[in-house]
Amino acid sequence: MLQRLFKFKGGVKPATNKAPSVQAPIRIAPIPPRLVVPLHQSIGGQPTPLVEVGDRVLKGQRIGAADKWVSAAVHAPTSGTVIAVEERVAAHPSGLPTLSVVIETDGQDAWIERHSFDHASLEPERVREILRDSGVVGLGGAVFPSHVKLTPAASVPMDELVINGAECEPFMTCDDLLMRERAEGIVRGVAIFRDLLRPKRVLIGIEDNKPEAVAAMQAAVEALGENFEVVAVPTRYPAGGAKQLIRVLTGKEVPASKRSPEMGVQCFNVATAYSAWRAIAFGEPVISRIVTLTGNVEQPGNWEILLGTPMQEVIALAGPKADTNRFVMGGPMMGFDLPDLSAPVVKATNCIIAGSPALFPPPAPEMPCIRCGACALACPHELQPFELYWFSRSRNFGKAQEYNLFDCIECGCCSYVCPSHIPLVQYFRFAKSEIWSRERDKNMADAAKARFEFRNERDEREKAEKAERLAKAAAAKAAEKKPAPAETPPAPAEAPAPQTVDAEAAKKAAIAAAMERARLQREAAQPKNTDGLTIAQRKEIAEIEKRRAPLQAQQQTTPNADAAQTQNSQKDQQ
Amino acid sequence: MDFITPPYLTQNVSVRRVMLQVLAALIPGIAAYAWLLGPAVLMQIAIATATALLAEAAMLKLQDKPLGPFLGDGSAIVTAWLIALAFPPLAPWWLIVVGTAFAIVVAKHLYGGLGQNPFNPAMIAFAVCIVSFPALMSQWPPINAQANFVDQLALVFGQSPRLDALSGATPLDALKTALKLGEGSTSVATVTADAAVFGRIAGHGWEWVAAGYLLGGIWLWGRKVIGWHVSMSFLAGMTLISGALWLWNPAHFANPLFHLFSGGSMLGAFFIVTDPVSGCTTPRGKLIFGFSAGLLAYLIRVFGGYPDGVAFAVLLLNLCVPIIDLYTQPPIFGMKK
Ligand code: SF4
Ligand code: SF4
Repeated sequence: MLQRLFKFKGGVKPATNKAPSVQAPIRIAPIPPRLVVPLHQSIGGQPTPLVEVGDRVLKGQRIGAADKWVSAAVHAPTSGTVIAVEERVAAHPSGLPTLSVVIETDGQDAWIERHSFDHASLEPERVREILRDSGVVGLGGAVFPSHVKLTPAASVPMDELVINGAECEPFMTCDDLLMRERAEGIVRGVAIFRDLLRPKRVLIGIEDNKPEAVAAMQAAVEALGENFEVVAVPTRYPAGGAKQLIRVLTGKEVPASKRSPEMGVQCFNVATAYSAWRAIAFGEPVISRIVTLTGNVEQPGNWEILLGTPMQEVIALAGPKADTNRFVMGGPMMGFDLPDLSAPVVKATNCIIAGSPALFPPPAPEMPCIRCGACALACPHELQPFELYWFSRSRNFGKAQEYNLFDCIECGCCSYVCPSHIPLVQYFRFAKSEIWSRERDKNMADAAKARFEFRNERDEREKAEKAERLAKAAAAKAAEKKPAPAETPPAPAEAPAPQTVDAEAAKKAAIAAAMERARLQREAAQPKNTDGLTIAQRKEIAEIEKRRAPLQAQQQTTPNADAAQTQNSQKDQQ
Repeated sequence: MDFITPPYLTQNVSVRRVMLQVLAALIPGIAAYAWLLGPAVLMQIAIATATALLAEAAMLKLQDKPLGPFLGDGSAIVTAWLIALAFPPLAPWWLIVVGTAFAIVVAKHLYGGLGQNPFNPAMIAFAVCIVSFPALMSQWPPINAQANFVDQLALVFGQSPRLDALSGATPLDALKTALKLGEGSTSVATVTADAAVFGRIAGHGWEWVAAGYLLGGIWLWGRKVIGWHVSMSFLAGMTLISGALWLWNPAHFANPLFHLFSGGSMLGAFFIVTDPVSGCTTPRGKLIFGFSAGLLAYLIRVFGGYPDGVAFAVLLLNLCVPIIDLYTQPPIFGMKK
């Protein structure tokens, strides 16, 4: 069947640099002496720890339980002993610590008892639960819990299931190798998704610079007798963005305000499908992932690495060259500098690039915008980045939102083409985080107002009580002087009323105060942004990132998790 | 470790590269100009470039901006070249100095420098000078009696009296004047039959200069330095109005081809209205901008008092850019009807 392809506007074609890391097959990384497994590895809730210091854990044992629907479990990647449950630095641009389980490995790699399931005989709800409890999340980098995305919209029929094997980021080849070597597992995983979503068609999109992967997937689809369509899509960054791939394969444009099932389409990454199949068919939770190690290294390639393996041990596998001056996690377009090499590999770690001044030269000095419009032509979301830049820079955040700031997926195409070398994406991140923090400040102001009103009320009440006491005293005096009862003093019958109000108000106040304390504590962990607009300062960026993470998480833990999902599915190839 | 923000990769582009390509694209037109109308234009380009760089350096110094990246970006040189090409080649040297300095100091830097000027600086220079020195700005060398380089130099530097040698007008002006003097008794065909002033399709010699600009423009478009929207709509606007009037009364109105290859049409279409800083940014905005500028340029040159209308048309449209951009914002991904 001939697949008609659609185009998305914009996009760029950086050199792909994929060849060095596809020469060798996937290698299995050794078990490190210690694993640091962060509990919070996916979008959504913070899994609660299930183990204590001193516990012996087996490979695949759940160590963090999903605390709500939008959340995913975390497991011990190998057997060993828990030596700490504490805050450890995370693989995040902020370098902030996050609650992690530290396991001293015993080298036995002893599995917990595993159960395989026949998903066809299970209730769909049960399958979703298994996926959640196996920690299956989007492995393209967005780490959104997959089970949440596996519920079709009630009113819209599911037309297409899109499987993302595009892998458009330069340097990155983990999905490519996975498709070459484990195509059958992927296709079986896709079949599970298909059975849950019941789409009319299943489309597997792979950039046409990966002919081996296309062939392997096609062969696997045929071998398994499925009717999935494997489609080679033109190589153009960001063809692997979920929205872009959906557009290319189905012609549908999912706006930022909608989630894709509302338009009858859903998208998963190939590695996610593979891990779902391992979870259902073998009872193996997500405890490792394929990571591309490439860039300025002696031995570029792909490794299957246990989650929790510290970065320095991972990097040693590839042997960074002497002039390496940075390690980037993710691709060169959307990745970030690892702030600390003791941070562990997590579910979101798809690629680590050793950078050198030759590979990633320092940016040329920033010049003024000449309104050339190159950024607008490159923007896959058809925004006007220079207008956004202008408004972000002048802190005209209202206008920035009018010009659809929040539709920006931070893909970096605009910065890539800008002849004035303006770090546009940084400005947009800055503006977004400012807007988020203003919203939070507003919420805080509302709370402060409530406190203020309560205090006023209390003062009023105290005044009234004082007046009453004085009046009583005066009346008593008067009574002494004049035994005969004069006009009755203020009716004591009214007194109880303020008292009930008082109790209620006190309760409210206590709650408000507790909330406030909690908020202040949270605040303390997130220092305020400075006022300077010099975005190109590491410190400030770090602060922005720090803020973004909890805020995003907060947003995503709201009951309306779907909105969060939309937001995240844009982020990258799920 | 240098601080880099993602993306770690960037395209090999810079303002400097863009400007250098624009300069390169001007070369065919300049070559034709110097070849057919005498080398004085090269002198004017040199004077304008020197003035622009000096003025730019002085303004940067005053604002404490780094000289290197800004002088090197080439934008001042582009402005200078455009001014030199728009001015009469035998204008006295100080005229081009005044024009260029005004463009850089007032039209560019007083508005905030690179990227901030609402008006095209070269067109400001032209407009200011033609209003202030109308006579000098209208003295074009007669095409047939080509002076040699030394004579031309002498004229530019005021060493020889500005004789009737300079009473020449542009072919555009010549046609307009002839038609006016003829009061209906003459026709476009009769006037343009004079092979001394008029060539195959437009002004003798000048038509080749215009062809040179066209060539450079197509090259720029091929290199994706400029888009097609604004250039094509400018030419379309001019073609449409000139074509309509020509069809209506061919004796009184020259054909569209004549207009496209006369005066500042080609230079305007590919090097002036394409200025990103003072132009529209949205695709529809660019179409409106270009079309209106082409139309207006024609109206001013044919019915107005000035020899050509490109400068005033562009400046007028520059004024409308914010409002056009505001109302032509394209729909974003997922928001199309
Ligand atoms: S690419 Fe850069 S210089 Fe050009 S309009 Fe966009 S921000 Fe301005
Ligand atoms: S980073 Fe945002 S504005 Fe820039 S190209 Fe990508 S989506 Fe468009």
